[in-house]
Amino acid sequence: MAVRSKDTRPMIDRYRWWEVVLIYAGIFVFLFFMLAPFIEGFLVSLKPLSQLFSSPYKFWPENGSFKAYYTMWVSVPRFGRYIFNSFLISTVATIIVLALVVPAAYAFARFNYKGMALVLGGFLAVSMFSGAVLLIPLFRLMRTLGLLNTYFAMIVPGVAFLIPSAIWLLRTYMMRIPTELNEAAYMDGASQFYTFRRVILPIAAPGIVVVAITTFIGAYAQQFIFALTFNSKSDYMPLPVGLFAYFGKQDVIWNELMAASFVGIAPALVIIFFLQRYLVGGLTAGAVKQ
Amino acid sequence: MIKSRSSLIFAWVLLAPAIIYVLVIVAWPLVETFRLSFTDASLSRTTNYVGDKNYTKIFNNTFLTVILRTFAWTFFSVLLKMIIGTFGAVLLNSAVPGRHLFRILTMPPWIVPMAIGIFMWGWMYNGQFGMISGLLQRMGIVDGPVAFLAYGSSAFWATIVTDVWIGVPMVTIYFLAAIQSIPKDLYEAAWTDGASRWMRFRRITLPLMAPAIITMSMLSLIATFNSFDIIWILTQGGPSGSTTTMIIDTYQTAIGSKKYGEGAARAVVICIFLSLFCIAYFRVTRRLAALEKA
Repeated sequence: MAVRSKDTRPMIDRYRWWEVVLIYAGIFVFLFFMLAPFIEGFLVSLKPLSQLFSSPYKFWPENGSFKAYYTMWVSVPRFGRYIFNSFLISTVATIIVLALVVPAAYAFARFNYKGMALVLGGFLAVSMFSGAVLLIPLFRLMRTLGLLNTYFAMIVPGVAFLIPSAIWLLRTYMMRIPTELNEAAYMDGASQFYTFRRVILPIAAPGIVVVAITTFIGAYAQQFIFALTFNSKSDYMPLPVGLFAYFGKQDVIWNELMAASFVGIAPALVIIFFLQRYLVGGLTAGAVKQ
Repeated sequence: MIKSRSSLIFAWVLLAPAIIYVLVIVAWPLVETFRLSFTDASLSRTTNYVGDKNYTKIFNNTFLTVILRTFAWTFFSVLLKMIIGTFGAVLLNSAVPGRHLFRILTMPPWIVPMAIGIFMWGWMYNGQFGMISGLLQRMGIVDGPVAFLAYGSSAFWATIVTDVWIGVPMVTIYFLAAIQSIPKDLYEAAWTDGASRWMRFRRITLPLMAPAIITMSMLSLIATFNSFDIIWILTQGGPSGSTTTMIIDTYQTAIGSKKYGEGAARAVVICIFLSLFCIAYFRVTRRLAALEKA
């Protein structure tokens, strides 16, 4: 075995040429599966309708244009409204989740009283039940409270299912804050609340930001079943449900639907690109080794 | 840690809002679902208790088929997610240029609004003009257009593939983290002993990521069992019920036909299965944690 002095990689990370080819081929197949719908969706958004509805199938657009990105505003008159609704619902949901989760995560991270482990288990169990199972009583509850066909009908149930992972994530983060800080504050005569508010919260701020982002993404990604069931006013629909109405039609204007979809997912893609490192850390925190 | 009566109260005050919220939005509806399952609740104002009538009504061959279909759908979906996730994680763990970019590119199906990703699959499955049918025809694998969502068996698999597509990124990233937490010296030692790459994967990577695979497959089982959006958007349970899983079936009964009582009975059956999965999950993770300490 020849020792190449320039190569500083550990031996186990060195590959023969055919291994490199195999790895790239595998990654290509894997990523093609992950990205094919986006590639196809993007190409469709560039194709004129006449080419879309013609056989044989052509992968690349011929005289493609961004025309659909203009015309969709006419075909989907409430498009801007849907995006606004999506953002509004996700933002309000994130704020409520943070207000509930930040104190709870701190309690789980710092105190270990009888019954708390059980409560934590209870929170984790919540994430096992989807909203779909609870739709009937939730529907009746929303009707009784007069919340049907309001933003709250879509926000309130969604929040409950965002709580468990947010608590878990923030608890993991807060457990890394040294308890000496609490003790020092106690010695200085600070109250429990003062310590939480003035000592812990500022230190936990980066963790709270990560939780806020992952919660927002979760809220943005999962707007469907509650919005579909509890709201029938087009003015309040979030983007997925708003577009679903067009998806179901007999003559779907596919290029415009795809253009609209791309504009709708753009914020999520931007977030992935810039915050990827925090996201991966955040989303898998506490998962492998607690 | 300072223990006092005031900090005990403080801890529970911090927890109270979240606990109350979850009690009202999740726990109470669960109990209420159970109660409603013994009633004839519908759109009408009056609701009467009807005993176990809903349960005797739903337990027939059609419902058993739905249960079996749900298990088959879930099983294949989870199995594929685990296999593809392992494959992806091992590939993304290789020390080749570009791997950071590849990791980012894995994430979109997970992060973008689920429904929108599903719309794109809806187009890909289109028989006349869709990509999959088009490419298969070009490669000469099929003769004419294949409308994947129009036939029972292909719709069944098409919805599974879309579910796998949405689930794989999370599984991959999770497995990747598990692989990266395996000490490098193990590989170096094995390499020194002349173990091939395959042997190292088989004897080091796979056994050491087994806890992650077990944990993930159970979490994935629960999530997949609850899957609603994909089937509802692509097929709404059709054609002729071939993609009707228990969740879809419950939704059709309760929200579609407004039979709340009967729908609740169907939901209770789902809850029983979910509770069993949940108990199994907690037991397995506890066992794994104990193993890790030992």
